[in-house]
Amino acid sequence: MNATTASVGIVSPQRFGCNEPLTLQNGSVLESYELVYETYGTLNADKSNALLICHALSGHHHAAGVHDESDPKPGWWDACIGPGKAIDTDRFFVVSLNNLGGCHGSTGPRSTDPSNGRTYGPHFPNVVVKDWVKTQATLADFLGIKIFAAVVGGSLGGMQALQWAIDYPDRLRACVAIASAAKLSAQNIAFNEIARQAISSDKDFLDGHYFDANKNPDRGLGLARMIGHVTYLSDDGMGSKFGRDVKSGDFDANEAVEFQVESYLNYQGRAFTHYFDANTYLLMTKALDHFDPARESQGDLVAAFAPAQCKFLVLSFSSDWRFSAERSQEIVDALVQARKNVASAVIESEHGHDSFLLPIERYTSALQTFLNQTLSAQTGPSP
Amino acid sequence: MSLRGDLALIGELINANARVLDLGCGSGDLLAYLQAEKNVNGYGLDKDPANIQLCLSKGVNVIEQDLDAGIANFATKNFDMVVMADALQAVKDPRGLLREMLRVGEECVVTFPNFGHWRCRVQLGLAGHMPVSTHLPHNWHNTPNIHLCTTQDFEQLCQEEDLRIIQRRVVNTQYRENWSITLAPNLFASHAFYRLGRPA
Repeated sequence: MNATTASVGIVSPQRFGCNEPLTLQNGSVLESYELVYETYGTLNADKSNALLICHALSGHHHAAGVHDESDPKPGWWDACIGPGKAIDTDRFFVVSLNNLGGCHGSTGPRSTDPSNGRTYGPHFPNVVVKDWVKTQATLADFLGIKIFAAVVGGSLGGMQALQWAIDYPDRLRACVAIASAAKLSAQNIAFNEIARQAISSDKDFLDGHYFDANKNPDRGLGLARMIGHVTYLSDDGMGSKFGRDVKSGDFDANEAVEFQVESYLNYQGRAFTHYFDANTYLLMTKALDHFDPARESQGDLVAAFAPAQCKFLVLSFSSDWRFSAERSQEIVDALVQARKNVASAVIESEHGHDSFLLPIERYTSALQTFLNQTLSAQTGPSP
Repeated sequence: MSLRGDLALIGELINANARVLDLGCGSGDLLAYLQAEKNVNGYGLDKDPANIQLCLSKGVNVIEQDLDAGIANFATKNFDMVVMADALQAVKDPRGLLREMLRVGEECVVTFPNFGHWRCRVQLGLAGHMPVSTHLPHNWHNTPNIHLCTTQDFEQLCQEEDLRIIQRRVVNTQYRENWSITLAPNLFASHAFYRLGRPA
């Protein structure tokens, strides 16, 4: 097997149940909660090779490998996680979880509220990045991991990695924020609000109580995904993938025409409704909008990064306009001014924000080199 | 080219434990050297993907940035020392960047190949060709060096910009000083190293 095809193979999700009450940032309390997670690779004897993956908006715990032999689709970041890959499971013990409020097995809007025996639905408390990081640290405690060799995430996942560096400075050696931002721009929040409006205006949304009514806001959720998807690609990327190719119909015969890009987006929208929950989508986009670690220090990002001790890698992509290279540069500039160790690269790619999920040679090389260098600097030269 | 000699010479111009910004840091050798030998806290800027990859492999803080886009993103007096080793002659606006270096840093170190070296003069003045040598290996049509200067030119610029020359080291191709260079640096030095600051 070579580096691009090597896989962690068949993996099984595991569950962690926490019975300690969790007080969230907004003051509400969850008496107990469950997190579903997967691990890849082997934790070494001194537990120094653990690496945490933080997922983005529509991600989950299943980041690499397959669930059984007939599983056609590997985990969402299989391009980067595996033996010999950028996140090398021959070296690292990789932990990947579904965040609290998610819809892939961790406690979230579809779970039952123990206080009244009913589905949380829209009453699931608002969760923010800081809350996720706190529950991730609790999971690390459970796994016996005191210090992560690295915490890695793209997009919203990168925000969690940055929050880790601020909230638990002595619990990670490296932070990798890919295609991320220290806060969303107005334009970015605007796209999220359009997506939320698409969901909440669906007649089957029922103010968030669709689950108990055995309905689902398919149209709204699908539309939200379509909007998101367009912003994750670039004009050039869509041009080279679809151009003006026609899927069906004929202009000359005066027939209704469906472009390939329409067909693709409609498919993506429909498919999303089968594996994603509308209330979780609202919760995740709100967490995105809310994220701004500088808020606690009067907007001063340099001061916000002051507690951090780890080294940082900040990666961005040339054609990403949803989380542009300028947003990453803001992170880098603040880290330099805060006197933190940081490296950065702007990867040439036409695939927009989605680039962070793809096996782009320069990107995976930079990530792999940084991570492996981090590990060998802490444990001595690698064999 | 004896890169080590180059690094050691720059190292002599930089205080131990300094906070250093290296403009055009290349493969990161200088920063790795300064980190190991002088315990500096350093960052390097470069725009070449291959160089950035090399820096990452050495654990050097490399930031992808094009010097021709300026360094306005760095806070004023955020560094003890801003270094530009053999890059001044390759940037679009050397004068503007020099000013910026002394905004961002307390002091700066600038090194460049001396175009006033007698071999350059012979090649241009007698043979009638643009000089090509070990220090300036490119032809006129493919050289990245678009703003070559002599030590005399550079010192004139320093005077115009009211920059204080704190230290100057002028050397041969082996990065050594000798009597002929001391006698007539602009004629015999193949390389010049300057440590600059603002007037006290």
